Amino acid sequence: MHEREIMRKDNLVERSDLGFITFDITSIFDWNVKQLFLYLSAEYSTKNNALNQVVLWDKIMLRGDNPRLFLKDMKSKYFFFDDGNGLKGNRNVTLTLSWNVVPNAGILPLVTGSGHVSVPFPDTYETTKSY
Amino acid sequence: MDLFGDLRRMNKRQLYYQVLNFAMIVSSALMIWKGLIVITGSESPIVVVLSGSMEPAFHRGDLLFLTNFHDDPIRAGEIVVFKVEGRDIPIVHRVIKIHEKENGNIKFLTKGDNNEVDDRGLYKEGQNWLEKKDVVGRARGFLPYVGMVTIIMNDYPKFKYALLAVMGAYVLLKRES
Repeated sequence: MHEREIMRKDNLVERSDLGFITFDITSIFDWNVKQLFLYLSAEYSTKNNALNQVVLWDKIMLRGDNPRLFLKDMKSKYFFFDDGNGLKGNRNVTLTLSWNVVPNAGILPLVTGSGHVSVPFPDTYETTKSY
Repeated sequence: MDLFGDLRRMNKRQLYYQVLNFAMIVSSALMIWKGLIVITGSESPIVVVLSGSMEPAFHRGDLLFLTNFHDDPIRAGEIVVFKVEGRDIPIVHRVIKIHEKENGNIKFLTKGDNNEVDDRGLYKEGQNWLEKKDVVGRARGFLPYVGMVTIIMNDYPKFKYALLAVMGAYVLLKRES
């Protein structure tokens, strides 16, 4: 997985080139699944807060959509702000993929996929041109 | 109609019996509702979705079942129902960011799946985060369309009164053989 993080002075992190992710979740769809709400969240600890979770990307997948996803060169959908300066030098930012099953009727389970990716953040800010 | 014939023949005792029957039905319904509030820990365990901000998952008129257990941690991706301070309308959106301190104090941000931006515009003036106290409950189960009845009754009050009148008449006039 190739990553490239740009951290700006105002704690703004933009991740580009999120590598590529392939997943096939055909097995989750059954007669009572109306849609899946997939999301990639980053979880980490900082001095300010013991637990932080930020959703970086999400996708709605309806029953009938192609269940095999191949995502390449995706930009982070949402800005990755921290509450404070906790991303600088943080070695332990974990990305996990989870999904919310929305049934035609019934219980709404939230499932986290097994496995995760750890993303270490650089120790210094990088100055970039503003848009 | 046979129904009104029965009514004329009823004496005082039978009328009291019918009224008590009616009162019992109303009390049972209230007890079930209060029981649900206790079991789920939520002040409003069943809510109707009022807007389309969570489409295509939930549509206006769908019914949601909530729990609000004190020890249930709020995590990113969960669907929460919350009320903005000072406003009565519950909002059903998804948690997209949480920052939790070691002592359990948590502040979080929400966004409707179908909205382009997060909910900061919906919060109180100057408020950037939601807290546990703003949460009415977590969405655990869902039934489509069923809540439409409530919306119709709200939008057309005459329909609500008509329905209540019919239900009341039926219970009062029904004779147990």
